[in-house]
Amino acid sequence: MSEGNGKDVRLMKGNEAFAEAAIRAGMDAYFGYPITPQSEALEYLTREIPKRQGVVVQAESEVAAINMIYGAAGAGARVMTSSSSPGVSLMQEGISYIASAELPCLLVNINRGGPGLGTIQPSQGDYFQSTRGGGHGDYRTPVLAPATVQEMVDFVFEGFRIAEEYRTPTLILADGALGQMMERVELPPEGSLPHEIPSWATTGKTPDRESNVITSLFIEPEKMEKVNEKLQEKYRSMEKEITFEAENVEDADIVVVAYGLSSRISQKAMHMAREKGIRVGSFRPKTLYPFPYEALGKLAETAKSFLVVEMNAGQMVEDVKLAVNGKRPVGFKGRMGGMIPDPDEILAAIENIDN
Amino acid sequence: MERTFIEEDWMSKPDALVYDNHPETLIDRPLHYCPGCHHGVAHKEIMHVVEELGIQSEVIGVAPVGCSVFAYHYMNVDMQEAAHGRACAVATGIKRVRPDKTVFTYQGDGDLAAIGTAETLHAVNRGENILIIFINNAIYGMTGGQMAPTTLEGMQTSTTPYGRNIKDIGYPLKMTDLVAHLPGAYYVTRQSVHTPNAVRKFKKALKKAFEYLKDERGTCFVEIVSNCPSGWKMTPVESVSYIEEKMLPEFPVGDLKTPEK
Repeated sequence: MSEGNGKDVRLMKGNEAFAEAAIRAGMDAYFGYPITPQSEALEYLTREIPKRQGVVVQAESEVAAINMIYGAAGAGARVMTSSSSPGVSLMQEGISYIASAELPCLLVNINRGGPGLGTIQPSQGDYFQSTRGGGHGDYRTPVLAPATVQEMVDFVFEGFRIAEEYRTPTLILADGALGQMMERVELPPEGSLPHEIPSWATTGKTPDRESNVITSLFIEPEKMEKVNEKLQEKYRSMEKEITFEAENVEDADIVVVAYGLSSRISQKAMHMAREKGIRVGSFRPKTLYPFPYEALGKLAETAKSFLVVEMNAGQMVEDVKLAVNGKRPVGFKGRMGGMIPDPDEILAAIENIDN
Repeated sequence: MERTFIEEDWMSKPDALVYDNHPETLIDRPLHYCPGCHHGVAHKEIMHVVEELGIQSEVIGVAPVGCSVFAYHYMNVDMQEAAHGRACAVATGIKRVRPDKTVFTYQGDGDLAAIGTAETLHAVNRGENILIIFINNAIYGMTGGQMAPTTLEGMQTSTTPYGRNIKDIGYPLKMTDLVAHLPGAYYVTRQSVHTPNAVRKFKKALKKAFEYLKDERGTCFVEIVSNCPSGWKMTPVESVSYIEEKMLPEFPVGDLKTPEK
C-alpha cells in the first residue's frame, strides 16, 4: 500500500511488522518455535519467506532454535529468532554460547507475564534477564526497547546493525501488547542494509587460510580471562549506542521513567498531570542495555524526584536508582502478572509524590 | 621411532599399521585423548576420507561437549563447537544457510543419546542432509566415567558402582536402530574401529556416507562402537576384548539402512 508519495505504509500487527522488517533487512534465516503472544512472527515468515528469499525452519524446541541460530550465525548468515518469556528462558544457554563465541544474531522477546508458565498477557518482567545477560557467565546483550509498532520495524534494522558491528547477540525486548497491537508503519525498502559473509565464518577451509573455528571453549583460565576482558571492553564501547527520548524534562519537578508500553501510558499521565499544573517530564530509555545512566544522572540535578513505571515488581527502578545515585528520591509504580497500568493510577502516583 | 607391539598376533603384522599414514587434513599434534582411546583412530579415518574425496574446502564439522569437543584441534577443516547435545541443531543451522557445503557432526553417546536425543531424532526426521558420526563407548568419558544411555546391563561406572541395573535405570538406548526407522534417514550403519579390519570397514562405510550426502536424500548416520580404557578401568587391550565380547553382541555392526536403488 502506498500513500502516493512512494512510501510503503501499512497497518500491521507488531509481530508481523518485525517479521516483515527482518525480510527487508536481508535476514538470511529464521529459526523459531510457536509461543503465544508472538506466534504470528513464525506464521508470517513461513508464509512469506518461501515466496521471497531466505530460510525459515520451525524447530522442535526453543533450545534447538537458538542452536540453529548459533550454527547459521557461525556460518556467516544474518539470522533472527523470536519467542516469548518461557521460550526465551529455554534459549539462555544458547545465548551465553553465542555471546562467548561472538556471533551476531537478533533475538526478539515478546514479553508475557510470569514467573512460570504465567499468563499470555503483556509484561515487562524479563528486564533483569534481558539486561543482565540472562544465561551463565559474564556477558551482556544490547537490548532495544520499542514503544510503537514503527519502532518494532526500525529496531530490527538497528538490531542487525549493532549485532554485526559488535559481533554480539542483540535483543529486542517488547511486550505482548506491542506484539499484538496494530498500528501504522512505514516499511523501509529491501536491500537497505548490506551484508557480506564475514572472513571468520565457517564456510569451508580454503588453501589460502587456516581453518575457521567457532567456539566458546577456552579451557585455560588465562585465556578465558582474556576473552572476558575483550567482551567487557566491547560492552563498554557500546555506550555510544545509548538512545533515549526525553519530553518536558527541562522544567520538570517529577520525571517519570518508563520504557516500551508503560512509557506510552506514562506519557498520557504526564499530560494529565501538566493540565493539573504539576510539572512532570518523561524519560524513555530506548536502549535498556547499555542504559542511559549519565543522561538520567544529569536530570537528577534539576528534577526533584523520579517515578519509575514498569509492568513488573520493580526491575529498571534499580538502574534508575544507580543513575540518580541517592541525589533524589526514586518512587516506583508497577503492575505485575500481565496487568497493564492505566493513566489514572500513574497520575495518582504522581500526585502522591507531588504532595 | 621404535615401536612396541602388544602381544596379539594381528596387531604386530606389518599390514596392520593403520596408524602409520597421516592425512594432510589431520593437524600433526599430540592428541589429548587417553592412551588406547579410539577417538584418535576415528579422527584420522574421517580426515583420510575428507582428503581422499578432496572435500576439505567443502566440509564444516560440529563437535559438541564431550571428550571430542576439541576435535577442531586435530581436524584441519572449518568447525564449530556446540553446546552439550545440540550438535544436530547447530549442523541444521549451518547446512540450511550453506546448502552447498558438506556438514558433519561428531558426537558421543551422552551427547547424542541422552541430552541431545530430541535434536538428533528431529534432525534425522527432517531429513537434514548432514552426516552424523556417533561415537558410542557406553560411558561419559570427559566427566570421569559416569553411566551413559548406552551403558550395558551390569556394567560398572562411577554412577552405577554396583553395575547398571535395568530395573532402576532402563536399557541401553539403541539410537542407531531408532534412527534407521525414520524416513528422513538415508544411510544408517554401525561400525567399530577395534581391529585393523574393522577400521577398514569403518572407513569404507564412512566414505559411502560422505558420498551419499551428495544425493541430498536425507541424513547419513554412522555409529562407531568404541572404547574408553580410562572410564572402563581397563588396559587398551582389555578394552578391545570387551568390545568384542560385550559391546558387539549388544550393538552388532553392519548396515541398518541403505539407500534404495
